[in-house]
Amino acid sequence: MKVTGAQAIIKCLQEQNVEVIFGFPGGAVIDLYDELERSDITHVLVRHEQAAVHAADAYGRVKGDVGVALVTSGPGATNTVTGIASAYMDSIPLVVFTGQVPTALIGNDAFQEVDIVGITRPCTKHNYLVKDPNELVPIIREAFYIARTGRPGPVLIDLPKDVVNAKITFTEPKPIKMQTYRPTYEPHPGQIAKACKEILKAKKPVIYAGGGVIASNSNEELTELATKLNIPVTMTLMGLGGFPGTHKLSMGMLGMHGTYYANMAVSKCDLLIAIGARFDDRVTGRIDAFAPHAKIIHVDIDPTSISKNVKVDIPIVADCKYALTAMNRWFDVQEDFKEKEQEERIAPWFDEINDWKRKHPLGYVEEGDIIKPQFVVQKLHELTKGEAIISTEVGQNQMWAAQFYHFNKPRHFLTSGGLGVMGYGFPAAIGAQMAAPGRTVIDVAGDGSLQMNIQELATARQYKCPVKIAILNNNFLGMVRQWQELFYEKRYAATGLEVAPDFVALAQAYGAVGLRATKISEVEPVIKEALKTDNTVIMDFVIAREEGVFPMVPAGKATTEMLLV
Amino acid sequence: MKHTISVLLQNKPGVLSRVTGLFSGRGFNIESLSVAETLEPSVSCLTLVTRGPDHIIEQITKQLHKLIDVIKVVDISESDYVEREMVLIRVKAESHTRAEVLRVIDIFRGKVVDVSPKSYAVEITGPQSKIKAVIDILKPIGIQEIIRTGTIAMARAKKF
Repeated sequence: MKVTGAQAIIKCLQEQNVEVIFGFPGGAVIDLYDELERSDITHVLVRHEQAAVHAADAYGRVKGDVGVALVTSGPGATNTVTGIASAYMDSIPLVVFTGQVPTALIGNDAFQEVDIVGITRPCTKHNYLVKDPNELVPIIREAFYIARTGRPGPVLIDLPKDVVNAKITFTEPKPIKMQTYRPTYEPHPGQIAKACKEILKAKKPVIYAGGGVIASNSNEELTELATKLNIPVTMTLMGLGGFPGTHKLSMGMLGMHGTYYANMAVSKCDLLIAIGARFDDRVTGRIDAFAPHAKIIHVDIDPTSISKNVKVDIPIVADCKYALTAMNRWFDVQEDFKEKEQEERIAPWFDEINDWKRKHPLGYVEEGDIIKPQFVVQKLHELTKGEAIISTEVGQNQMWAAQFYHFNKPRHFLTSGGLGVMGYGFPAAIGAQMAAPGRTVIDVAGDGSLQMNIQELATARQYKCPVKIAILNNNFLGMVRQWQELFYEKRYAATGLEVAPDFVALAQAYGAVGLRATKISEVEPVIKEALKTDNTVIMDFVIAREEGVFPMVPAGKATTEMLLV
Repeated sequence: MKHTISVLLQNKPGVLSRVTGLFSGRGFNIESLSVAETLEPSVSCLTLVTRGPDHIIEQITKQLHKLIDVIKVVDISESDYVEREMVLIRVKAESHTRAEVLRVIDIFRGKVVDVSPKSYAVEITGPQSKIKAVIDILKPIGIQEIIRTGTIAMARAKKF
């Protein structure tokens, strides 16, 4: 069947069950938009291409599938780079289509030409410039396959205008088999047995779960393993929701702003079971002081993650779901394994952990009528019964959300973890709302980062996304200010936001709803009002200006050297 | 320690830059790099020489393997192997040194490939140690220009 390149692209998207894409048109993709308009695929017109990628990222995370963005050539393409780099660091499956000048003009410095394949080479899992129209369809299929399999990640396809307009034969899909790309899903049984035997020997085990648990949908398998063996679980920022945050075995997040007890437990444990985590510097602190007494088991689908930062004793290259299932089955068939005995054996370890919990629980100091940001997040948790999808910007708002909204389910916490993109949260909330209409979606924001993509208020309104933005407004770039307070003798260089918009009026200017709380008694009414409003809402919480995020491990210090509340 | 890594990759535009970009982006060093197509024109073989502690070399091979266009990565220096490099040297050859230069080239089984009244251009092939030796000997006579191919290497066949 002869079709145009544009028609073929739409057919490929339908074949991949793509229902919603996020984008921004331009000259190089005008033909594709013409075709898109006539299809049943919903296109969300953002107001800046960076937002399209973040929204697609969040849409994919909530759906558990590949997010798709479409932009034009040149500046359209370069504006996607931050979003792509963020998805790459967080292993989020994306396919990003960029327009390109006609093949005959490539390399001639044509209008709106940029070598986006060259630019994104180090921040995509793979990328393509389609030069031959006959390659178009196989490349799109391969791109989706690469994005969603193995360690997921963003894939970019650059589409020259003449390729989009070419007449081609649309071929039927075949199962994809690539000579050069074959991720390992099944764990090595010998390694599984080795790991399980080590677990049975351990007196002070800790599970350290990361984003891989969520990417592989293995939260149930993880919960089974942890409860079967009575092992305490700590999660990375990306792993939150991979294990129920309110479970008695949960120690919350670890690392720079992790809980006291999680960091202490990791530093004293004799066995660290890392599942789908990558020993990021924000987790380990000073690397030689990280889990110094522990043997380390590391399950990861990406071999390069293993022994990259920390030497691993038992590596298991596999999909977390397969590895956890194999471990669970291993214990099931051990005749001499009794859950009761295991629980008793580990009991003294829990005495230690509970002692740490009692000594330094997560908390903050109340200050009369002044709103504390942690209180706002706690109230959000309470009034949404912990069921909301929460996105965050980056900085203090992100850490308070991570610490105080105890996520019980995966795919409910959307944050730019690895790259740390200010401006991620709001477009992500829009993407999440498009993926889950009818659900409560809240962007926990700072007054600084929200302004990095605040133009998306128009998008939220246009597509009737009733997302709620909770600004923890301290009139500062708070996290950097906190570092300046602690390590630069309070010299607040360029962190005071001297001019800020009236966020309530700004919301109203876009036809959204603006609410403000300036004292503690107003917090609950504002949240309740927002939750029952069927419109985009900005809640402007004027909080204690110089509140800090604690615990805090100063950069380069051991994780036991925490600054506490 | 020095490692010679052989990489089979798809012969497509941009693939080489994926490899070199990986090295620069992650701060790995490349001592030499040589690449050309194999018997199968859609596949290229790239030989690169790098240095680093074991855990870095492990990362290098894993990261190379992770590139979608890479077919196979072998750290050739882990077993027995043959390495060769070719060098073209233009060396000063005036009346009193012309004979000596020819003698040196002969000892190293080199070939003269270009002659002028005041210089010879010579071609020499061998392992890196030999290339270094010939350069050391010709230096005092006066090397005017030098072009090296970088090392290529092949694992020795199993004898039994």
